[in-house]
Formats: sequence, structure tokens, C-alpha cells
Amino acid sequence: MNTLPLASFAGAIEFIFTPQDSNVTGGNKVGGFDKSLELVLKHLEVTALALAIALIVALPLGLYLGHRGKGELFAVGFGNAGRAIPELAVIALVAVLIGVGLKTVAPALAILGIAPILVNTYVGVRQVEPATVEAARGMGMSELSIIRRVELPLAIPTVMGGIRSAAIVILATATIAPLAGVETLGDFIINRNVYGENGLLAGAILVALLALAIEGSLALLQRRLTSDGLKVKTA
Amino acid sequence: MASPFLLAAAGQVGGDFFKERTSDTLPCQAQPDHVFCFDWAKENIDRYGTPTVQHLEIVVLSVVIGFAVAFALAVLAHRRRRLQPPLLAATGVLYTIPSIAFFFLLLPLTGFGRDTAIIVLAAYTLQIIYRNTILGLANVPDAVKDAARGMGLTERQILWRVELPLAIPEIVAGLRVAVVSTIAIATLVVFINAGGLGTQMYGSGNLTFPTSIIIAAAIVMTMALAFDLVLLTVQRLTTPWRRVRPA
Repeated sequence: MNTLPLASFAGAIEFIFTPQDSNVTGGNKVGGFDKSLELVLKHLEVTALALAIALIVALPLGLYLGHRGKGELFAVGFGNAGRAIPELAVIALVAVLIGVGLKTVAPALAILGIAPILVNTYVGVRQVEPATVEAARGMGMSELSIIRRVELPLAIPTVMGGIRSAAIVILATATIAPLAGVETLGDFIINRNVYGENGLLAGAILVALLALAIEGSLALLQRRLTSDGLKVKTA
Repeated sequence: MASPFLLAAAGQVGGDFFKERTSDTLPCQAQPDHVFCFDWAKENIDRYGTPTVQHLEIVVLSVVIGFAVAFALAVLAHRRRRLQPPLLAATGVLYTIPSIAFFFLLLPLTGFGRDTAIIVLAAYTLQIIYRNTILGLANVPDAVKDAARGMGLTERQILWRVELPLAIPEIVAGLRVAVVSTIAIATLVVFINAGGLGTQMYGSGNLTFPTSIIIAAAIVMTMALAFDLVLLTVQRLTTPWRRVRPA
């Protein structure tokens, strides 16, 4: 088995902060803090863009379908089918059929995020007590303000669960975006011959930390968005 | 398409050489703007056999290991509530770390190949199965447990003969999500040379061509759908009391 030596974790940390010699770039140093930061920012940019597209498509659709109680088969079926889409195939097909670059990769990544947001929003809104909605209607609220001020706040924990899943799957898949010409942190991993084994591990460490950081921030955001009344109940 | 430089280069080889390689005579899968070549697919479908079997082996082993560990942890944490928050956090971290990064993080320990793939995918399934099992066990009404206790069942008998059977719908729901996601993610094990259907999308350091990617993706999604239906059937068969109630 061709195992990398254990010491390469130290090498990987060094790679993140200080440029290293490479045997294919003709004396040019690779890696280092500036390059790492550049790739982290690119990775975040692609992820944010794709997540924004997914939100714009899936959130209103999920709220509408959930509010009307329509299209359960569509929303849930789409959610389940979405989970079965192989991430590698999405990136690969975009690269070989449509073209490379941020403009094609971000919408492709968004496809992976639409399913979890749609299904969770739908389910979250459907779980709101019908009596609560009736009460709001009785108080004279319009359908739109029922969605905005009653159903969405009550569904926030479930909706945010979907957004967190979407963010993680998009961030994870952005790692292989260099296959489609977008230089994310995956560049360290995929261009193994340029960055070497230290770069490979460095990329993996940075992607893992980034995922945990995003997940943590979204969990905090969820706490901020959840109304205080709900927090007491779900102790 | 060809640049003057390329034309000149081709000219040096011989005039006829370039003429014969126009898009009319190129096989479908080599043409620049093709999407799917049925002829190629018909002739080459055999080559997907081995990767499909590899893919299945990795998925089944990962999910079986993941299920065994997650199930044991859930039963343990069901008895000792204090373990629940730390176990949820720990499995959550394993679930959040993207598989592709996790593969490479394990390289210094377990190297390239199938072992690493199975460890990572099994770790990924833990959270889904653990959380659903705990949820299923928690959803069993106290009155049911009291009735069982009143009939003289021991705590162990209550767990195995009352609580777990009643939790089957949630447990199987978790298993379905775990299996379907694992089948999709297992395409990524190609990056650590562990085979599977990903090899037909990204082979030897390069993306393959559209026909091959589409066939491989179709096999992956069909496999996911088939497993989902099988597990749904298992759930129906193991919970006959649920069918009495109208949907």
C-alpha cells in the first residue's frame, strides 16, 4: 500500500503558510499563505454564488408549494432524486458539454443545493399547525404576510437545516471545480503533480476546516433567526 | 477549428492525413459537439460491469459498517441520555467534513485504495443513521412502554421487542437517505484509486467524454433508486401494523 508518511501533516501545515519547492514548475515556489488565501476566497465565492442561486430558486418555490399544500410528490420526489445525483457527474458534464468557468460551474453547483432547500422548506411549512394559519387568517393577514410572518418563522429550524445541507454539498463539490476550470482549494488536490503530497493534504485540511467553519456559522445564524418563543419550547 | 500552425503540421505529415480526419469520418464519441453516442454505448456497455460491482461492494460494505456502529451508539445513547449531545456533535463533524477532503486526510494513515474509501463513507453515514434511530426510539409513546412493563417484560425485552420494532420506520428512513447519498458520493472514490463508477467519468487524471459520463451517472442513479425501493419494501414488510391504518 502506498501510504504517505505520517510526517506529511507537518509538511502540509508548512505548505499552507510558506511557499515550497516543486519539481515541475522549474524553480518557482508553490503554495504558501497568499496562494492558500486566494484559493480559499475563490472557493467561498463559488459556494456563495451557487448557494444564492439555489436559494433564489428553491426557497420561494418551497414556501409557495408548502403554503398551498400542493406538489408534495414533486417537492419530496425532487429532494430524494437530488440526493442521488453524483456530484462528479455534474461537474464533469458541465465541463465537457457546456463549458468551463465560474458562469457555468456556479449554476451547476446550485442544482445540488436546490433539492435539500426545496424539500426542507416544503416540509417545514407543512408542519406548521393549520390552526395557527387559520388564526392568522382570522386576524386579517394577507396570504403573503402569513407566509412571511407566520409560516416562515415557524419553519426556520427546518428551512435552515436544508440550507446547511445545501451549503455543505456545494462547498464539498466546489472542491472538484478545478476539473471545470474554476481554481478552488481543490486545485491543491487535483493538480497533485504540481503541489505534491504536502499540497494534497493542505488542500484537504483547508476544505475540511472551511466546511466546519461554514457549518458553524450557519448554525449560529439559525439560532439568531429562530424566534425566542420557539427556543423555549424545543429545549 | 484547426489553427494555421496545426494545418502546417498536418501538411508535413501528408495532405491526405488531415483530410481523412474531418468530423464526417470521426467516430461519434470523438466529435467535438456530441452529447450521446448510442452506437458507442451499445458496443461498450460491457466495460461498466466491473466498476458497477466495485461501486456496489464499496457502498454495501460502508453502509453495513456505518449501520452497525451507528445502531450500537444509538442503543447505547438511548439508555444513557448524557451521551447523546457529544455523540451527535461527533457524528456531525464526521458528516460535515466533505468526503473528498476526508479521503486525503486519511492518506497518511490508511493510504490510497478501498479501505480508506470505506472508512470515510461509513463515517459519513453515522450521523444520518444515528440521529434517525435515536428519533425513532424517542418517538415510542411512554404508554406503550408502560404497557410492556406491566406485562412483565424486562428492559432488554422492551428494547428489542417493543421500542426497536416501533422505531423501524424512522430507522429505515435514515438508512434510505444514507444508502442513496453514499451511492452518489462513492463516485468520488476514484480520486483515491478505489475504483467504482467514478472511473468512467474521470479516468487516469482526465475527464472522460459525455457518453461515458452519462452512462456512469445513469447507472449510479438507477442503483440509488433500486436500493431506495428495496428498503421501502423492507420497511413495509417489517411494519405490518402500519398498513392497517389508512394513509
